[in-house]
Amino acid sequence: MWNYEKRLQYPVKISQPNAALAKIIITQFGGPDGELAASMRYLAQRYTMPYKEVTALLTDIGTEELAHMEMICAIVHQLTRGLSAEELEKAGFADYYVDHTAALWPAAASGAAWTAAYIQSKGDPITDLHEDLAAEQKARTTYDNILRLVKDPEVCDPIRFLRQREIVHYQRFGESLRIIQDNLDANNFYAFNPAFDK
Amino acid sequence: MSSQPNRKEMLSIINEISFTVVDTQLYLDTHPCDNEAIAYFEQFSSMRNQALKEFAECYGPLTIDTAVYACNERWSWVNDPWPWQEGGC
Repeated sequence: MWNYEKRLQYPVKISQPNAALAKIIITQFGGPDGELAASMRYLAQRYTMPYKEVTALLTDIGTEELAHMEMICAIVHQLTRGLSAEELEKAGFADYYVDHTAALWPAAASGAAWTAAYIQSKGDPITDLHEDLAAEQKARTTYDNILRLVKDPEVCDPIRFLRQREIVHYQRFGESLRIIQDNLDANNFYAFNPAFDK
Repeated sequence: MSSQPNRKEMLSIINEISFTVVDTQLYLDTHPCDNEAIAYFEQFSSMRNQALKEFAECYGPLTIDTAVYACNERWSWVNDPWPWQEGGC
């Protein structure tokens, strides 16, 4: 069950539209290391997570990722708001515009549609946590790459906030991996799958 | 209070308090026995509830549970700006 809160986790107020930037930043909505993939990954994995601390964390981080997706969508929306077809074309946005006008649609910067193939839900706690740790680092690198291309401080500010959250989530997932291993046989973590074997 | 803070200031306070609540929540998931962190969470969680109630009274609800505090005849949820819109953030 979820409730909606009518605010962004961190404010997004962009006064200068820039469709070229929107085309890059949309990748954190529907790209391989984006916020939609992050949320779906953690919310899918939690059903077979046998350790209660980690089930809670997957639920709570999966929820926070939805708030990050909303921030990214707000950034893309404000960067494309009020632009004409000619202005969008000049910014290299014509390919997207012809299919989606100025709507939000989950795609990578390359234009590839969002796909569940971006995520894994393996049903093995150690494997799933490694997937999650990697996902946070991949998202952090993507934000670092975006920050090299963005000069507008009104865009940089919320992007920096989102980058910082990847690092906090990575820390919490690291603690989760330790909790999982503390519950297993230190001589052989792989003796059995605690999410499947009885 | 002599003067009510404006919408932007009040929303900014709610964002800051709520961030503290969420970040502490994640920490507590992996440190559920940290009593100091639980006390910290409780302090900020009650501040957040109070601030959400005051915001609803002045500027309309941000959450469904505070919709009852917005003394409007109309259902203000549909009128107040959405957070990605002008005036919503």
